[in-house]
Amino acid sequence: MSQAVRHLELPEQQLPLEFADYHESIKVTGFWIFLTTDLVLFACLFATFAVMRYDFANGPTPIHLFHMGPLILETALLLTSSFTCSLAIYQSRAQNKTGVLSWLILTILLGIGFVGTEVHEFISYVGLGATWHKSGFLSAFFTLVGTHGSHVTFGIFWALTLVVQLVKRGITPRTSRKLYTFALYWHFLDIVWVFIFSFVYLVSMTGGKMA
Amino acid sequence: MPKRQSTRWPYRWIPLAVIVSSLLSGCGQHYTILHPAGPVGQTELNLLVLASIAMAIVIIPVWILLAVVLVRFRDNPRHKGTYIPKWQRSKFFEVMLFVVPLIIVAVIAVPTVQKTYALDTLPRQKDPLIIHVTSLDWKWMFQYPVQHIATVNYIKIPAGVPVLFKLTADSPMNTFWVPQLGGMEYTMPGEVLPLWLEANKPGVYMGRSGQFSGRGFVHMVFKVDAVPRTAFNQWVHQVKTTAPSMSVAKYHALAHFGYAGAESFSSYPAGTFPTTSHGFTLTGSSPMVMP
Amino acid sequence: MSQILARLFPPQTRRPDEVVIEIGIVLSMLFLVYMLTRLKKWGWLWREWLTSVDHKKIGIMYLVSALLMLFRGGVDALMIRSQLALPNNHLLPVGQYDELFTTHGTIMIFFMAMPFLFALFNVAIPLMIGARDVAFPRLNAISFWLFAAGAILFNISFVVGGSPNAGWTAYPPLTELRFNPGVGENYYLVSLLIAGIGTTITGINFMTTILRMRAPGMTLMRMPMFVWTVLVTGALIVFAFPPLTIALLLTLLDRLFGSSFFTLGHGGMPMQFVNLFWLFGHPEVYIVVLPAFGIFSEVVPVFSDKKLFGYPAMVGSVLAITLLSYVVWVHHFFTMGAGPSVNAFFGVSTMLIAIPTGVKIFNWVLTMWGGRIRFTVAMLWQLAFIPAFLVAGATGVLLATVPVDYQMHNSYFLIAHFHLALIGGTVFGVLSGMYYWWPKMFGFMLNERQGKWAFWIFVSGFFVTFVPQYMLGFEGMTRRMYTYPAGLGWGPLNMVSTIGAFVQGLGFLVLVYNVLWSMRYGERDLTGDPWNGRTLEWSLPSPAPSYNFAVIPAVTHRDEWWEMKQSGKARAYKVKSSAIRPIHMPKRSAMPFFLGVSFFVVGFGMVFSWWVITIIGALGVIASLLFSAFDYNDSEEIDPEDVRRSEASLGRLEI
Repeated sequence: MSQAVRHLELPEQQLPLEFADYHESIKVTGFWIFLTTDLVLFACLFATFAVMRYDFANGPTPIHLFHMGPLILETALLLTSSFTCSLAIYQSRAQNKTGVLSWLILTILLGIGFVGTEVHEFISYVGLGATWHKSGFLSAFFTLVGTHGSHVTFGIFWALTLVVQLVKRGITPRTSRKLYTFALYWHFLDIVWVFIFSFVYLVSMTGGKMA
Repeated sequence: MPKRQSTRWPYRWIPLAVIVSSLLSGCGQHYTILHPAGPVGQTELNLLVLASIAMAIVIIPVWILLAVVLVRFRDNPRHKGTYIPKWQRSKFFEVMLFVVPLIIVAVIAVPTVQKTYALDTLPRQKDPLIIHVTSLDWKWMFQYPVQHIATVNYIKIPAGVPVLFKLTADSPMNTFWVPQLGGMEYTMPGEVLPLWLEANKPGVYMGRSGQFSGRGFVHMVFKVDAVPRTAFNQWVHQVKTTAPSMSVAKYHALAHFGYAGAESFSSYPAGTFPTTSHGFTLTGSSPMVMP
Repeated sequence: MSQILARLFPPQTRRPDEVVIEIGIVLSMLFLVYMLTRLKKWGWLWREWLTSVDHKKIGIMYLVSALLMLFRGGVDALMIRSQLALPNNHLLPVGQYDELFTTHGTIMIFFMAMPFLFALFNVAIPLMIGARDVAFPRLNAISFWLFAAGAILFNISFVVGGSPNAGWTAYPPLTELRFNPGVGENYYLVSLLIAGIGTTITGINFMTTILRMRAPGMTLMRMPMFVWTVLVTGALIVFAFPPLTIALLLTLLDRLFGSSFFTLGHGGMPMQFVNLFWLFGHPEVYIVVLPAFGIFSEVVPVFSDKKLFGYPAMVGSVLAITLLSYVVWVHHFFTMGAGPSVNAFFGVSTMLIAIPTGVKIFNWVLTMWGGRIRFTVAMLWQLAFIPAFLVAGATGVLLATVPVDYQMHNSYFLIAHFHLALIGGTVFGVLSGMYYWWPKMFGFMLNERQGKWAFWIFVSGFFVTFVPQYMLGFEGMTRRMYTYPAGLGWGPLNMVSTIGAFVQGLGFLVLVYNVLWSMRYGERDLTGDPWNGRTLEWSLPSPAPSYNFAVIPAVTHRDEWWEMKQSGKARAYKVKSSAIRPIHMPKRSAMPFFLGVSFFVVGFGMVFSWWVITIIGALGVIASLLFSAFDYNDSEEIDPEDVRRSEASLGRLEI
């Protein structure tokens, strides 16, 4: 398309590969807007949790349920995976296919570790009788944290398709754009987790005094 | 072109005729909101009149302006307007278009804020009567916590005394509305919301629900019987001595789907009205935090 | 087996009127299949429509769906009005009335107003900004098929399983299993969730299109007003639809999986649903009204033959309305005890919206001042809009006056207010846009004389229907009452209102006749510019070729096409043969259609909690996504020779 002319005027080497192609760069813009919708989605779940966090209905309270152990493990796994994901992007800028693939696979493994720990955590709560039917608080908790968890799960499968595409096609404008949007998504989930960690777990564990 | 004009006007008169005839009949007693019987309803009506006048000041000139424009500038060699195809800015108009509406909005907004606060504050000089209201499927249950009596689908209140209603629901949401006394408030499960109303003079005022709550919703009506103070006290005494008491089983029977007539009870079981709420207190001071 | 049948066809699907409609639907489907087979049109249907990613064709599919839904929602409305015509009327069985007002509201908002607007977005936006398609053509098709899946799922509810019956606002706990055990509410929740995904994608798509794909030289302040309104509508969708998704999702979790968000007891908090719903619901009002404003801002200058008055003020007021629309949602529930400070804040913020709206109305009138007004059908709808919307806006300010709202909330005054706003604003707007862009979509004109008949009948019926409803509000009639006693004096006004509704129905029939007649006999548009238009879409032939612009224009003015014609350079829009390059276009794809079908299957399974069906559908969804991820062959180049041939056949090639 002739709009591409606009980009040709710029020295192309200065643009990262994922922005170099006009059509691919539009997709990055669209993905940013998509992330906005996802952000609002999480904001609504946070708001719901905030207003329902005392609706225990004689069920279990956070002080009885939450423990630091799994929480720290989950946080460490997810934050590290965000770092390895950035390294994959860095390697793609350097056109190093093996580097990209190894860091991406490590990201996937860390993500699986995170989801596994979270599933284990949820099962232990249910074992204590804390099902989401019990109270408004538990419904809001499981839905907020679970939505984040299912986003991570989706991201893992997404990354797996990326691995296949990178092996098959190498680092092209299209694959590097796909990798870049995946990285945006993954960092976004990381940020959401930081808020879950602080406002759901920490605040609830201190009995709401920090809120 | 002129032919088209002639077909246009007759239709214009139909809505106008409807508006005029309806406005004329607006004096009828059917228009309950225009005939308030208490201070709350009166305040609300006064604001309605003020805001309507302010709005009429805006929309009537625009209607006229629109009509003038359409006549003057229609595409017709004989029309009077000068053709100015590139006229697209005018400092004067652009400033006026912001300033005039701003003034009109301010005229409405200031009393709105004042009255919103005023209606959320109980009159201080008189002791209010307190009534706990619970909407059930599909009936209204009223409890008088001080007198410790209960009624279904009707209440008696003393005229000239503010009544503080505390509203909740053991059913889907409804709104508690007595049009002639004043505006409505929701009844919601898990919340207790306050509303105060007062009847100026004795009389029977109809109340209903304004929020759809299932197939029996249209039957969610109740009577508000405002009587002089002494008659009210007599009625309380009469209910206390002659009416049956409400057992827990009776409450559950009431809470079950179905309709009911007017009923009275000399007492009611404890714990049928919630003690905590997410909601706000009447003066709007602070929310009661759960638990 | 009999259990399954009992769930599929509960008593409420076996009412005599519904059986007649069901038989009618089956017969017309059979007729359609027969005709397609006889005329050998299946291949054409598949290649040209079902798998198309062309924004112009998607727009037409949206338009057809919206008109069908307008018919369905209108029939619901006429049944509602028939039931209310007389006091103590029992024309409809108890319970059916509740289903009718629910489906009427839901269909009119989600399956009529929104797709009608999306039809016009699709038809006009890429042409107006000088682009060859939207930013994500395949996602655009996905949006349409998700909308279609949601709409069909919602509409089969009255045939299979029973319709929802808790109002289009669906406040819990009335929608919880304890009070609403049938599958009707599931239909409402699942179909809106599916259609909502499509809508969100549309919002993202058009925002990206407008931000990134404008022709060179078309700066933001040179964009036509309609493009501006679509841009902010995209932003509104992006921020408004996630709250709806969450509100619906949480209710669905309560119903299907036993969580306790909005239940009575178990610490449920129904109020939170109301907050989330209106956090969506109020921006939604502007999602459907702002594009209508945009349409009027195109129609008025064209038919006044004059520049839009106060373009910067128009842009500013659109942005102001957008921002304010996020901080007014509590005005839908002043009567839920939020306290005087909250109520006062939201009351005043709501009134403030009247200012930019007033600026816009004045600017349209001043645009006409000093013009040469042609009373075409498109312009007439606009002219009816101004008085109707003034009344709607003024009564909106009355409702924003908090103490007045304590009285008028949920009364017929409110019903009259929002019907005046939504019909007078959105429906008049989309009909105006439909008449305006019709030649661009189909290459022929709608007959003006018949269009004027439809207009006058519909508009007079409209005022006769809704003005009495304001009065009924003062009489204390509340919404959603299926009948009322005789002694209250509500009878006469209700009768007048019902008569008006049937007049509107007649107007709609005349409009349909107008379309069908014009398809056969309508004047062909050979110039591509039948209205003496001002914006780029009128520089193209009608209908535009698949690639829209053989050469992307360079824009130097607002109202580019009109300026060109004024300076006598309109010939510059004839295509120079040498300037034609290979054109990069998206390829048609069956994936969006398949994804829509899969979502339909998922949704149907969820409605009845038949998980095997849901899993089958989910596998279809996953397969579609995987196919998409690995499909690198999704675009093609059009040979310049083909473009030259096609432009030459349109008589637009300059050698």
